[in-house]
Amino acid sequence: MSEFAPDARFSGHNLACLRGERMVFARMDFELTSGEALLLLGPNGSGKSSLLRLLAGLLKPAAGQLAWNGEMVAEDREAHSGRVHYVGHHDAVKPVLTVMENLRFWARLHDPKAGDAVAEAALESLDMLRLAEVPAKLLSAGQKRRLNLSRLLAAPAPLWLLDEPTVALDRASVKRLEAIIAKHRAGGGMVVLSTHADVDLPGAREMHLDHFTPPAPVAADMGGW
Amino acid sequence: MFRLLEIIRRDLRLALRQGSDSVMVVTFFVLTVVLFPFGIGPEANILERTSAGVLWVTALLASMLSLDRLFQADYEDGSLELLALTPTALELMVLGKVTAHWLTTGLPLMVAAPVLAVLLHMNADGFVTLLLTMLLGTPTLSLIGAMGAALVLGARRGGVLLSLLVLPLYVPVLIFGVGAIDAAVQGLPSQSHLLILGGQLLAALALTPWAAAAALRQALE
Repeated sequence: MSEFAPDARFSGHNLACLRGERMVFARMDFELTSGEALLLLGPNGSGKSSLLRLLAGLLKPAAGQLAWNGEMVAEDREAHSGRVHYVGHHDAVKPVLTVMENLRFWARLHDPKAGDAVAEAALESLDMLRLAEVPAKLLSAGQKRRLNLSRLLAAPAPLWLLDEPTVALDRASVKRLEAIIAKHRAGGGMVVLSTHADVDLPGAREMHLDHFTPPAPVAADMGGW
Repeated sequence: MFRLLEIIRRDLRLALRQGSDSVMVVTFFVLTVVLFPFGIGPEANILERTSAGVLWVTALLASMLSLDRLFQADYEDGSLELLALTPTALELMVLGKVTAHWLTTGLPLMVAAPVLAVLLHMNADGFVTLLLTMLLGTPTLSLIGAMGAALVLGARRGGVLLSLLVLPLYVPVLIFGVGAIDAAVQGLPSQSHLLILGGQLLAALALTPWAAAAALRQALE
């Protein structure tokens, strides 16, 4: 099954990220093609979340460019947003809406044609379907996270940016997530994932972000930009 | 366009389930207006002369009450990041949220205003104009307020800061809103005031979504 273009290419060249006065990382290059996964590793504060936000388009890189199939991402942000699913630290779950209402809203916003059947299948694959009509305020932290992750399946997007998606998940749910990611990659999708836990991503490339942290004097120099 | 409706629908549903905001705004409006006859005495002619000003000033303050929650809740639970990543312009998202805000605050204020006008002995000739000024003025308040709400996002004591930012910008709406009603009550044409109010609404409609979206992007960085 090939859902997405089999020859898509997402790349970053000479990326740098500035947070406040501090250069978090600099001179970073990466390339990702259909079916590939990139695992971001590194200690706290090494820029994993910043990189994911930068890849999503929420942060502007201090230097460097992102390109999708050779076209600059910065030139057409909306097209890029259509290709991306971003899962951050917050679950974006409204407590007064039911599980299904929460999911349906995000799915339709991403893809106005997204149907209820797909949303139900998405909930099913994270074992949330039995909670579909439950108000989200009754969910546990892990269940909220699973609801957030079900967005990935409810509306298709080739590039998944997952910021520590396994936080609060139990062992069985992590296995489900691994299976979902494997299926996504088999269909030509790409995944960038940061984690401190063990996530089984066969054949994933690893990137250690602490390798890109500029040495302290350089950081002081660049802080003045 | 579809996405705009989807946002409005979600925000209306949230407002309906949480309930408190609209009720709070209208209750504040009613209670504050009712205080005036106690404060300045029950003489009909004084109340009548001040009625337009009292109604509009109170409406301004009431519409500001729920502004700080406009983006704050979405900001805190991560929804705003996802809204910004929707494959459509963030300006459109802002417009959707403002529309929902107006439907849940501006519209109830408009409905409550004529009832309170009776209480303040407003001349019956002014009622239609009062409704028209509310119809043109309250959406402008929501639009300007959204710009302020986006700017103070993430700030400490944002609510107070928001009123300092937004109240001066509300002054033109107040002046022409009250002016139109006064003119109508005195039997003068109020059309020019209403046209200016309409112009203010159009200008706010064209400018504030961009300003608010830019402020939101800044807050998300």
